[in-house]
Amino acid sequence: MVIGGILVITRKNAVHSALALIVALLAQASLYLMLYAPFVAGVQIILYAGGIMVLFLFVIMLVSIERSMKEKQFNSQWVVGTIAAVALGGLFIAVYAKGKNIFPEHALSVVEDTNTQEVAKLLYGQYMFAFEIASLLLLVAIIGAVVMAKKRI
Amino acid sequence: MESMLHITTLHYLVLGAALFLLGVIGVLTRRNVVIVLMSIELILNAVNLNLVAFSRMWGGLHGQVFAIFVITDAAAEAAVGLGILIAFFRNKETVNIDEVNLLKW
Repeated sequence: MVIGGILVITRKNAVHSALALIVALLAQASLYLMLYAPFVAGVQIILYAGGIMVLFLFVIMLVSIERSMKEKQFNSQWVVGTIAAVALGGLFIAVYAKGKNIFPEHALSVVEDTNTQEVAKLLYGQYMFAFEIASLLLLVAIIGAVVMAKKRI
Repeated sequence: MESMLHITTLHYLVLGAALFLLGVIGVLTRRNVVIVLMSIELILNAVNLNLVAFSRMWGGLHGQVFAIFVITDAAAEAAVGLGILIAFFRNKETVNIDEVNLLKW
């Protein structure tokens, strides 16, 4: 997955980046399966790798012309960006070195095969309000995307 | 096989931090707007990995529910971002971030 991530940010061709991101998302789904979260893994494969990445590939097809592949690849502020990213990495390493003893070994919690039912109980019970707000967000996003991409409003 | 490596929560968190770092580098240094949007998706995936790893550690399923909400939110944001990108491309015929400088002083 890290190799996929590195390929995403370094490829010149945008289609190669999109394919590397699909590989990274599928690897992430397998990691979710290792973490005993099969419902999230299924949602990831169907929605993320099968929906959002297809949308990205369509837009790349509409937008990326040949000229953008012959130009320079990196930003004009890439020096400052890399320094900021290295500072963030240093912060992560400092946090790791300080707090790496907190986490216990895996107490093997109750691993059942009713994960979807339990997630549904939480989603429709305790997080019902967030569920409705998420559907409202999707509605607003659909309206926004259609308005932004129209030729004449 | 006695010295088998147990994959603890810490390993997942380090992997999440590495992916987050890669996404941040992608957002800050690439020129093509589509690749910047894809790096944002990488960042959101790193956050999801963190959430699900902690949900495994604590035993409850709240982290997984929150991860589902994050995936939904990422879908909405990718759609709107790509709509903005198409509107931008229609005006300027380029997908360069360096050309977005109308508000520069």
